[in-house]
Formats: sequence, C-alpha cells, structure tokens
Amino acid sequence: MNELLKINNLDVQFDTDEGRITAVENVSLSVKQGEVLGIVGESGSGKSVTAKAIMQLNPGNTIYNEDAEVIIDGENVIKFTSKEDLKKIRGGKVSMIFQEPMASFAPAIKIGDQMVEQLLLHKNIKKEEAKSISLDMLTRVGITDTEKRFNQYAFELSGGMRQRAMIAMALSTMPKLLLADEPTTALDVTIQAQVLKLMKDIIKEYKMGVIFITHDLGVIAQTADQIAVMYLGCVVEKGSVNEILKNPKHPYTKGLIAALPDVNNLDAPLKPIPGNIPSPLDRPTGCVFRTRCPHPTKEGKEGKIDMKLVEVEPGHWVDQCGAKCG
Amino acid sequence: MSDNLISVNNVSVNFDYQENFLSKKQKIHAVQNINIKIKKGSFFGLVGESGSGKTTLGRAILGANKISSGNVIFHDDDKDYDLTNISKLELKEYRKKAQLIFQDPYAALSPRMTVRDIIAEPLEVMKITKNKEETDERVREIASKCRLNLEHLRRFPHAFSGGQRQRISIARALVSSPKFIVADESVAALDVSIQADILNLLKNLRKELNLTYLFISHDLSVVAHVCDVVAVMYLGHIVEIAPSKELFKNPRHTYTKALLSSIPSIDPEKQSKAIELTGEIPSAMNPPSGCVFRTRCPNPGHDCKGGDIEMGLIEVSPGHWVDQCCASSK
Ligand SMILES: Nc1ncnc2c1ncn2[C@@H]1O[C@H](COP(=O)(O)OP(=O)(O)OP(=O)(O)O)[C@@H](O)[C@H]1O
Ligand SMILES: Nc1ncnc2c1ncn2[C@@H]1O[C@H](COP(=O)(O)OP(=O)(O)OP(=O)(O)O)[C@@H](O)[C@H]1O
Ligand code: SF4
Ligand SMILES: [Mg+2]
Ligand SMILES: [Mg+2]
Repeated sequence: MNELLKINNLDVQFDTDEGRITAVENVSLSVKQGEVLGIVGESGSGKSVTAKAIMQLNPGNTIYNEDAEVIIDGENVIKFTSKEDLKKIRGGKVSMIFQEPMASFAPAIKIGDQMVEQLLLHKNIKKEEAKSISLDMLTRVGITDTEKRFNQYAFELSGGMRQRAMIAMALSTMPKLLLADEPTTALDVTIQAQVLKLMKDIIKEYKMGVIFITHDLGVIAQTADQIAVMYLGCVVEKGSVNEILKNPKHPYTKGLIAALPDVNNLDAPLKPIPGNIPSPLDRPTGCVFRTRCPHPTKEGKEGKIDMKLVEVEPGHWVDQCGAKCG
Repeated sequence: MSDNLISVNNVSVNFDYQENFLSKKQKIHAVQNINIKIKKGSFFGLVGESGSGKTTLGRAILGANKISSGNVIFHDDDKDYDLTNISKLELKEYRKKAQLIFQDPYAALSPRMTVRDIIAEPLEVMKITKNKEETDERVREIASKCRLNLEHLRRFPHAFSGGQRQRISIARALVSSPKFIVADESVAALDVSIQADILNLLKNLRKELNLTYLFISHDLSVVAHVCDVVAVMYLGHIVEIAPSKELFKNPRHTYTKALLSSIPSIDPEKQSKAIELTGEIPSAMNPPSGCVFRTRCPNPGHDCKGGDIEMGLIEVSPGHWVDQCCASSK
C-alpha cells in the first residue's frame, strides 16, 4: 500500500572502451510514503547509479534492460524520453541531493537565483513567491543571514553551509521522493548531527519518501527505517534497520559491521573484509561475493548458485547463497 | 638529534579576499598561531570541522602553501630544513622527503596513464632513478608492498575499485622513499571495510619504511584507532591536543566533547546523548575574539563570554594540551 517508488529488476550497464560494464544487476527496491530507505555498500557498488536511474540522470552510454521498471505514482518512468515527461520527475516529484555539493550549483550563478529559477521551472508561481519560499527554506535548514547568503555564490560558502543550501534547494520544491546521495559525508559529526535532525523533521512534516545513500552505518542506524546492502551492483540483503543491524545474515553485511571502528575499545585492531573487490570488468558468476566469502559453501564457491533474494524472516531478505554460508 | 621530525612554530596562514575589485581587501585567517611537534615514527591525527584549516596546515607543512608568519622545521637525520627560509635546491630535496596522499582516489589519478606510469611519474619528474630498468624495478617493489597485483600495472585506473585506486595513490606517494606523509582525508570516500584495510596498510608500512604521518580526517572513530596523538582544530586554531586514548577518555575542550558525543551509534535504539550545537560557524574573515568557539558553545563559562581571554594552549596533564580559556573556565 501507498508505495511511492517501486524498482523492479533493474539492470544498468555502461558501454566503455574496455567493454560493457555491469554496474547494477537485478535490483528491486521500494519506498513507501514517509519512509527512509538507506542504501549502504562500498565504493563502486552501484548506489549512485541506481539513484540516478530513478531520475534518468545516467549518461549517454547507459543501457537499461527491457523489462526494468521504475514505478513512481503508477508510471514506469524508466521509459520516459520526452522533455515533458522528464520534467515531471526531475525537480517536480523527485529531488536529488548530490554527492558533491559543488556539482549541484552552477559556479557563476548566485545561490538564490538558482533556487528561484528551479522553483519557477517546476511550480506555477510568481517570482516573488519563489523568493520567499527559498528564503524560508534557507532559514529552515539553519542558515542565518539568509538575504546575504541568497546573493552569494556557492564557492563563498563553507562546506557545511553549502551542503545545507543544497538540501534547502532540493527540499524547496516539496518533492514526494527525495534522493540523498551521501548528503553529509563532507561534514564533521557535529554539523552532521545538526543537518540530519533537520532533514528528519522536514521528511516527517511533508511525509516524503527518501532514499538515503551512505557508507556510514551509524548514520543509517540513526536515520533510516529500511536498509538495503549493495555489493558489486547487487542487493545482497534488505529489511528493517533494526533487523539487519542486529541480525545480519549475509557475510558481506556481517563484514561491514565488524569492520566498524569500535570507539569503546581503541586497542582492538581494525578488521577489514579480506580480499579485494573484483574489477567491474571481471564480475564473478553466481554469488558476486564468493571471491571474498570467509566460509563459502562448496556450490557457492564454485559459482553454481545464482543470485536471488529469499525471505528468511518476515520482511528480511537475503541472497540465497549468502543465507546458506553464513 | 631531535625526537621530532616536524616542528610547527607559531604558524599562521592568511589568504587575501576581495569581494570585487572596488571593495576593501580582507584577510581570511585560515590557520592561526599553530604550534605542534610531530614525533619521528608517529601517526599524528588532525580532526576538526569543515573549513577549520586542516588542509591549509597540511599544505603549509609540505611547503605547498605560503606561511604568513611563524616557521616550519623539518628535522632530517643530518640537517634541518626551515621551510620559511629555504633555497630552491633544498626545497627540491624536501619534496622527495615529504609527500601528500590525495583526498580523492578518483580525481587524483590521470585516466589516460597506466598504473605503472602513474606510480613511476614522481621518479621521473624528480630524476631519482637513472634508467627505465631501475624505474621499473622500483615501481614493482613499491606496488607489491602496497599489495597491488603486478599483472595489473599495465591497466588504466578506471578498471579498479576505490580501494585499489587508493592503494595506487599510496604507492605513488611512497615511490620516492619519503620520510613524511600527509594523508588528507585519504579514506573518507571509502566504505568502512576498505578504510580499515588501507589504514592497516599504512600502519604496516610505517614500520617497514620508517614513516611519519600527518593524518587529516573528520572521522574521529577512525583517527582514534590509528593515531598516537590527535589535535582538534576549530576555526583556524588547535583547541586541544592529546594522546588518542587520553583524548577519548578525558576530553577537556567543549568542542572536543561535542565531537565525541556526536559520533552516530550503530545501535538504532540507542538514545543519542549528543551535545547539540546550534548556530553557524563564524566567518574565518571575522573570527570571534577570545575563544573562537564561544558563539556556538552550549555552556560557556563565566569568563569566556566577554571574549577577553586570548587563545593559547596549556598543558593539563603530560602531553595533554587544552586551550587556556576552556581549561580554566570549569
Ligand atoms: N558513466 C559511467 N561509465 C562507466 N562506468 C560507470 C559510469 N558511472 C558509473 N560507472 C561504474 O559503475 C559502478 C557503480 O558506480 P556508482 O557510482 O553507482 O558507485 P557508488 O556505489 O555510488 O560508489 P561511491 O560510494 O564511490 O559513490 C562503478 O564500477 C563505476 O565505475
Ligand atoms: N586558496 C584559498 N583562497 C582563499 N581561501 C582559502 C583558500 N584555501 C582555503 N581557504 C579558506 O581557508 C579556510 C580553511 O580551509 P581548509 O581547506 O584548510 O579547511 P579544511 O579544514 O581542510 O576543511 P575540509 O574539512 O572541508 O576539507 C576556509 O575558510 C577556506 O575557505
Ligand atoms: S572556552 Fe568557554 S566558550 Fe570556549 S569552548 Fe570552553 S567553555 Fe565554551
Ligand atoms: Mg556514489
Ligand atoms: Mg580539507
């Protein structure tokens, strides 16, 4: 019920000089109204590519599979090609906060002008109204001196301020769905806490659905309701935050949790997951994690078990191979 | 012979800023009056909020930023280099001995060069090796120390994952056999598992190659695990320095306490006891007088409010230094 976003069987590939790279494989996810889905996974696991697929922001060399579905409000947006259709998702229904705050702002246009312009593009309102909404949003994200900031360029703001301005811009169109890609990675923990609190309040107030991408499990634990763990383009485990963090089943999820530095025991050595992530050019067949699995089953190790999520507890899904080796 | 490899004495770095060509020139006080000593063979951590001056200080120590006042001394075995008073020739020598590992493993590696060429480039630029054979040998040696697959040296960087790319940039930084490494947010973009792996690698290489590190990060939990000593920066100033364990057990400065309390817990049910900070970070063009943190301090002491007590570190226990205003206000 009231599912805002549903992704079914999404594959994303890129044509490159060295051949075709599979960046995302058979990903299915959903987000309800008012729900925060956290996506975790290491660098290169396909988190950003998945989010960009929702807004059709992947570049020209991208190939989506025929039967992929990205359904927002009953419409399969992955088939959208016309400008009119794309306008409905970008900035209207869906807003994205990017990994690099500088990338969201045009360097030579003032912050305020960009916010106003974006609102005028997506809402049927007057310029003055757009300005007052923008100023209000800047205030709400905790920026003081909003009139002055409104007239500044992105590079003139500190990192934390820039990130908050970006969040204000993404929220100002009141999207139904917010895609936040590492929104707090560049911030120190005190500013991060400030920004997370404010995002949570606004999400609640407007009942937005949110995809929150990060590699920080602590941030996920404090922010998300649901969690999906990605490895090499695949979702290997998903479920409620409580369940996944307290009762992880997949060896990769367990490895991620074990690798967290323990601040209560500074003498404990750091425990990385052994081995290297394969290059996207040599993706393993069968279970994508098998080359690094600490206790693989015989069939799993030989790549004989196909990737497929199975439900091990109500609402807790694990890849079938990872569920067996433990 | 000194125990220290680096002495930073009263260093300030200012940048000029002008809104437009008609307006008055202003100064950005990026780094103010910093004093630190980095022991030979240590892992020195530098944490602090975005814009507090960590990168600027790191670059000043590498001789890559102009130092506005004060000096930086590099104590080599046989001689001292004073970076504020250094000849071109000496600066060249120093560049071989002090290297930077870049923040972003994606942006730092040229996509059109093979991994071998990327690692070899500093050797060629600094004319360290005499011929191609010697270069190749050195590249292979350092690549295997950084646990890179030697068969992959002919590949281009885009075929590698974030963690592997970070190892490539570490190999590149280490190829000229430096003694001192500045690692600026070298693991921030990586997930926890790869972070742990890279940090273990840096730790092992420290012993093997006799390295000293300045490790810049905003992730306190990571810093605590690898660094011997940690300095906390806020708005251009170091507000506290202590051995890592001491800093975690016994933080004295209010900003340090706020930092430690804000590390997000992985337990979703754990009620957060974070000391909440509100308000904006003041501008580095116009920092507050007295304690620079006082405009955001949740419970400033009676003496702090006026901003009359000048910033300056005092030693509260062996090796544990705190800004004097905070040390005395409670
Ligand atoms: N335009 C592109 N062309 C070719 N390959 C690409 C392109 N964009 C992404 N990739 C590849 O797709 C894979 C997934 O990338 P993605 O950016 O989604 O990772 P991520 O999970 O967001 O990682 P990070 O945590 O580093 O941001 C990577 O192997 C990446 O190199
Ligand atoms: N080249 C420059 N010109 C003008 N101002 C600069 C320059 N470099 C840095 N600054 C300013 O100096 C201050 C310190 O910046 P610095 O990059 O050292 O911070 P940092 O602690 O490394 O932050 P982060 O954690 O975001 O990397 C900031 O106010 C910044 O805007
Ligand atoms: S010196 Fe005073 S104002 Fe500054 S951090 Fe300490 S208590 Fe707060
Ligand atoms: Mg990404
Ligand atoms: Mg920096």
